[in-house]
Amino acid sequence: MEKVKILEIKQSVFANNDAQAAALREELKSKGIYLLNLMSSPGSGKTTTLTQLIGTLKDELQIGVMEADIDSDVDAKTIAATGVKAIQLHTGGMCHLDAAMTRQGLEGLDPGELDLVILENVGNLVCPAEFDTGASSNCMILSVPEGHDKPLKYPLMFQVCDTVIINKMDVQPYFDFDLDKCTEYIHMRNPKARIFPISAKTGEGVDALAAWLKAEVITWKGEN
Amino acid sequence: MHELGIVFHVMDTLDDVAKDNGLTQIQSVTLEIGEVSTVVGDYLIDCWQWAAKKRPLFENSKLLVQTLEAVTHCDGCGKDYGTVAHGRICPYCGSEKTWLIKGNELNIKEISAI
Repeated sequence: MEKVKILEIKQSVFANNDAQAAALREELKSKGIYLLNLMSSPGSGKTTTLTQLIGTLKDELQIGVMEADIDSDVDAKTIAATGVKAIQLHTGGMCHLDAAMTRQGLEGLDPGELDLVILENVGNLVCPAEFDTGASSNCMILSVPEGHDKPLKYPLMFQVCDTVIINKMDVQPYFDFDLDKCTEYIHMRNPKARIFPISAKTGEGVDALAAWLKAEVITWKGEN
Repeated sequence: MHELGIVFHVMDTLDDVAKDNGLTQIQSVTLEIGEVSTVVGDYLIDCWQWAAKKRPLFENSKLLVQTLEAVTHCDGCGKDYGTVAHGRICPYCGSEKTWLIKGNELNIKEISAI
């Protein structure tokens, strides 16, 4: 009988993914492609927000979108209707995308001349926060009906996001949503987080968000 | 399933370890999981058993889980306390200026293999 060996591994489960993500980020940087990882709960208005952002930016930037879902292609169809390049990724039952899946998705999108690729991650505030996708920046959408205490309940998500979009501001009068408290809670998790209150439905605040994103893409490309 | 994704990542990492060390059969894998890592050990084991059947290197392998205690430090009074029992508010001085020292780990500790 062969001898059983004990091997000490002493490695984080995320170490390989983190290394793959770092390599992908560097590669995208050298190609001048900005990848935005957009996360949120289901129903926060990711696709509607994207539709608005694309409408504002599509004459200035070449945009592509990767829609990640467990199943269906309804979101990719909605985005494709705006005229930008869109593909649907299926995670095969998994609750998040990792760096390897993101790379595969990018190959499918064939981003060649694109300036900005937006990855619409699976709707979930837990798992996507743990897996670095290789994105240039992490952004999440919190919508007013979800409540201002979400940063307390899902700390990691708010810790890893550089930008928080607060959507559905048009319905704020009907909910007990306190924007000041929400801002305070977000900054407890990440003092540097930028916050954009918007309404994807009315278009309120979308210009400021679009201007920030455009500046990010230009800075990213300029640093080459 | 969060835990399923983690199982795949562990197995992918160990595929490389097996290749580098000439291993043909992994018998057991020990993971260290922090108390507040948001990973549920029992679910991990269920996912492991399902996934192991599909990959010859892991056939009949066992997943062992060791829990690491979570400890939070308070900047208000300088003391450390158990995170699971007391959460984010310091039980000694009531300060909210606290941060996690440990308990968020998710490590592959060791494996036994032939």
